[in-house]
Amino acid sequence: MRRALTVLATGAQLLVQDLGRPGYAHLGVPPSGALDQPALRLANRLVGNAENAAGLEALLGGVRLRAECSCTVAITGPDVPVRMAGRAVDTHTPLHLAAGAELSVGAPGHGLRNYLAVGGGVAAQPELGSLATDVLSGLGPAPVRAGDVLALGAATGPPSGVDQLPYPSIPGRLVVDLLLGPRDDWFSDPAGQLTGHDWSVTAQSNRVGLRLSGEPLRQLDCETQLPSEPVRTGAVQVPPNGQPVIFLADHPTTGGYPVIGVVDATALPALAQARPGSIIHFQPR
Amino acid sequence: MVEFRRCGQDGLLAEFRELSEVDAARALLTAAAERGALPELAELLPGARTLLAVVQPGSRGLDTIRELLSEADLTDPPARDSRELTLAVRYDGPDLELVARTAGVSTSEVVALHADSLYTVAFCGFAPGFGYLSGLHPLLQQPRLESPRTSVPAGAVGVAGEFSAIYPGSSPGGWRLIGSCAAPLFDPRREPPALLSPGDRVRFEVVR
Repeated sequence: MRRALTVLATGAQLLVQDLGRPGYAHLGVPPSGALDQPALRLANRLVGNAENAAGLEALLGGVRLRAECSCTVAITGPDVPVRMAGRAVDTHTPLHLAAGAELSVGAPGHGLRNYLAVGGGVAAQPELGSLATDVLSGLGPAPVRAGDVLALGAATGPPSGVDQLPYPSIPGRLVVDLLLGPRDDWFSDPAGQLTGHDWSVTAQSNRVGLRLSGEPLRQLDCETQLPSEPVRTGAVQVPPNGQPVIFLADHPTTGGYPVIGVVDATALPALAQARPGSIIHFQPR
Repeated sequence: MVEFRRCGQDGLLAEFRELSEVDAARALLTAAAERGALPELAELLPGARTLLAVVQPGSRGLDTIRELLSEADLTDPPARDSRELTLAVRYDGPDLELVARTAGVSTSEVVALHADSLYTVAFCGFAPGFGYLSGLHPLLQQPRLESPRTSVPAGAVGVAGEFSAIYPGSSPGGWRLIGSCAAPLFDPRREPPALLSPGDRVRFEVVR
């Protein structure tokens, strides 16, 4: 029997993701990979996979899949209704899906992205060692479409239900630790400007970056152009309009606008779940 | 002269006056990593005037990097071995006339000025495999197009500011295009995936 999942519906966006392709940024290759990495790692552990196996990242649910073989799946991320063969089932636990059975993932009540891991992982030809779909560079598999048949690898380990953890609740106002620099000196009172008021996440946000809106950040000198410089995931870049962008996994590897600070890596999973309208409060140091 | 800037946890952005110092610093740290003197180095990314180093969380690697870069004379670096590639270019770009007019020379002089230089891959960015080539003749150092093209074909050879580059794939772009190159610049299923890597030397050969 063919090990595969048939995709019946994708919702807003359904992508194959693993832990990405770090280490190629010097060639201009974004890191990519699951935005909420702890959620994908946990889903993989629950089904007995290595943590970096390829799974699915679903944006705001609406996903329906049919198993073409008997397989084990697990859904993680924010609370979300899941039905298997028509019955409501739990997230954060291994689920046995019989051949021919359908699984549906509804819309999460809060947050944005759920992760589905399947025993053996999604199998395809890796690009630069990864199956992550990079929406900026186009590397990795194309976004999943209804009708796609996703091949699965051979199931590796026994599913494990022992390390399941409740998903942290997502507050409406996120406090985000940030290390000022490298270009904080391009701004007057950078810490004061960042903390003077809150920022809200706009609907223009995507896997490349979280676009914020608020009182524009003022540069000391708007005439000086910054020669292209390397940027990291979590960099808070300030374009001329003063509305900052927090770079997420599919960010370009170089940028031409000053980076006022870099958010702590521990803040990235929560930022990946921040809906438009969410409030961000920076805590610079 | 080097200035150090914080760049996130376990990261350091070294800023230099000249592009050539970035290349020298990158070569110095790469050599140190190759001889085992920088085991904590996780990533080393050059830019136009800066070099980003990221080390393993919690390590002392950034101190070593600060010492190595502060002590070195990067304005007069020792000669180093680097890979040299020769790429065939057909000088048939749509902006050849514009570049010639801006430079105040003929189109055949633009071709000669572009093809007679030895370039260095300063850094990659914009897209996978897109190498910013330094060494462009001053007459060809020109601004971007006032309005970028929505689609530039793969292999297009352009100039912008102090750099020349070849578009690895079709994309929007604002560089002035002077030619085309058939060499495959990026293939994610090839090892190494990119034809050009920082520090490589590049020559162009005129295809008629």
